[in-house]
Amino acid sequence: MKGLGRPMKTYENTGNIDTRSGFGAGLEELGNSNPDVVALCADLTGSLKMDAFKNQHPDRFFQIGIAEANMMGIAAGMTIGGKIPFTGTFANFSTGRVYDQIRQSIAYSGKNVKICASHAGLTLGEDGATHQILEDLGLMKMLPGMTVINTCDFNQTKAATIAIADHDGPVYLRFGRPKVANFTPENQSFEIGKAVKLQEGKDVTIVATGHLVWEALEAAKTLNEKGISAEVINIHTIKPLDEEAIVTSAKKTGCMVTAEEHNFLGGLGESVARTLAQHHPTPQEFVATQDTFGESGTPAQLMEKYGLNSAAIVEKAEKVIGRK
Amino acid sequence: MSTSSNLQDFVTQVRRDILRQVHKVNSGHPGGSLGCAEFFSVLFKEVLETKDEFNMNGEDEDLFFLSNGHISPVYYSVLARSGYFPFEELNTFRHINSRLQGHPTTHEGLPGVRIASGSLGQGMSVAIGAALTKKLNKDKHLVYSLHGDGELQEGQNWEAIMYASGKKVDNLIATVDYNGQQIDGSTDDVLPMGDLKAKFEAFGWLVLEEDKGNDIDAVRNILKEAKSKTGQGQPVVILLKTVMGNGVDFMMHTHAWHGKAPNDEQLEIGLNQNPETLGDY
Repeated sequence: MKGLGRPMKTYENTGNIDTRSGFGAGLEELGNSNPDVVALCADLTGSLKMDAFKNQHPDRFFQIGIAEANMMGIAAGMTIGGKIPFTGTFANFSTGRVYDQIRQSIAYSGKNVKICASHAGLTLGEDGATHQILEDLGLMKMLPGMTVINTCDFNQTKAATIAIADHDGPVYLRFGRPKVANFTPENQSFEIGKAVKLQEGKDVTIVATGHLVWEALEAAKTLNEKGISAEVINIHTIKPLDEEAIVTSAKKTGCMVTAEEHNFLGGLGESVARTLAQHHPTPQEFVATQDTFGESGTPAQLMEKYGLNSAAIVEKAEKVIGRK
Repeated sequence: MSTSSNLQDFVTQVRRDILRQVHKVNSGHPGGSLGCAEFFSVLFKEVLETKDEFNMNGEDEDLFFLSNGHISPVYYSVLARSGYFPFEELNTFRHINSRLQGHPTTHEGLPGVRIASGSLGQGMSVAIGAALTKKLNKDKHLVYSLHGDGELQEGQNWEAIMYASGKKVDNLIATVDYNGQQIDGSTDDVLPMGDLKAKFEAFGWLVLEEDKGNDIDAVRNILKEAKSKTGQGQPVVILLKTVMGNGVDFMMHTHAWHGKAPNDEQLEIGLNQNPETLGDY
């Protein structure tokens, strides 16, 4: 079937690197550019790549210890007097473990805290389900006033980290552990709530977030070879959702695949489905975990087993086209 | 307002405000509120160094955080009568479209409140955070906080208590409203607290005890002593023994009025025991 495809925009992987390192690089830059930024960590400084900030600004780095609830409360308190706290720990301990602290002391209190969460989803790998949270996007997007961002690569994570410092209000920034393709522009501007269209297409729209964005681009290539023109949208901001971009694309292609490293309950897919149901009802398929916990394994093994890779996106795209 | 007799008038009026707020809406928490009337009155009228205009950032002024947010009636009364908002607004306590929510919040923009509280156990961490920012800002003012004793059953407190001493947060004065009561009964019945003084000391805090937490002079002295102990590398806690329901005889020494409003007749008795001093709202 090769040769059927149209010319596509190409994205070059400039080298596999982890998104958490993008966070570390962004935080380091913020440390030098914004004296109000402070960083808090719950005994995972190395894992969160916060060492550079810590070493360069020891007075503005707060090692809280293994006490995430206390960390969230301290972060809330530190905003009083004008600091911009960035908390760092794994996604599981950034959300589920401290939900009430975030809800009352940060979200309801309207505090300018940036909750930065690494090791989200299955790609945390071998540590297994205790650490592989697949519910965090849902938990956080449910909180009134909370901005929810899930970045796709190193460059975008760095840009998002820098951008959220200028946003007045609580933010959940989600990224991950594994080394993945780095393909978005270096030193890009990051606009919260603004979708990024990566491929123009006419037959199906793939809306992806986080690690699934690169997989969506790979899927689009495969679909192209099959003569299917896929539009690919990178939704880095789950909330507020760029509804206009989604509805516009749905009107064009007539069907939708959402892709995320998250439970299909409560994640990006549901936000997209709600948007479409309200504005332009459209057939949709979900690439996401199916209301299950994860398990130990390598990231690649897990993403394959739980249907979160380019092959799964291709399969769902073909299926949803058949439902048009 | 510098003499104890004047401040006693203030306290008496605050008690009336508490009773009338919870009676009108037939809900709220009078017991703990009454027990802390002296503490709030001394703190706001004599101790806290604050600016005239409320500012969320609270720079170059003392800060106060209420962790046990259910005693909002005393907080609101003292804030209103200290000029933070018109005291007529006490009429709206727990009503729809009010800034005086059941539990204090920043969400409706009520001056004087810098954090939402109500879900227990979170205020110590917030106070520590504000104290850390004061240090970063080279702001020599202090952070005060109030906590219920039963509230210390929430584990987050002990994370915060460990942190504050471990990291030498010595610009913080936490007070525990040590009334020995909680909703379901005495703290000893519900979950014995053990030796609170020894616990705080074991965690590295400087502990002050005051058994007369409903005596204006005693409260004034202990807060003064606490302030003198700040800046010495240790957080300071005051274990302030109070009587739940203080000042209304049938509400005293029991958990029964923790979260129950008086009826018309009970209100009348309570108000008669606390004659109007500064004018009802």
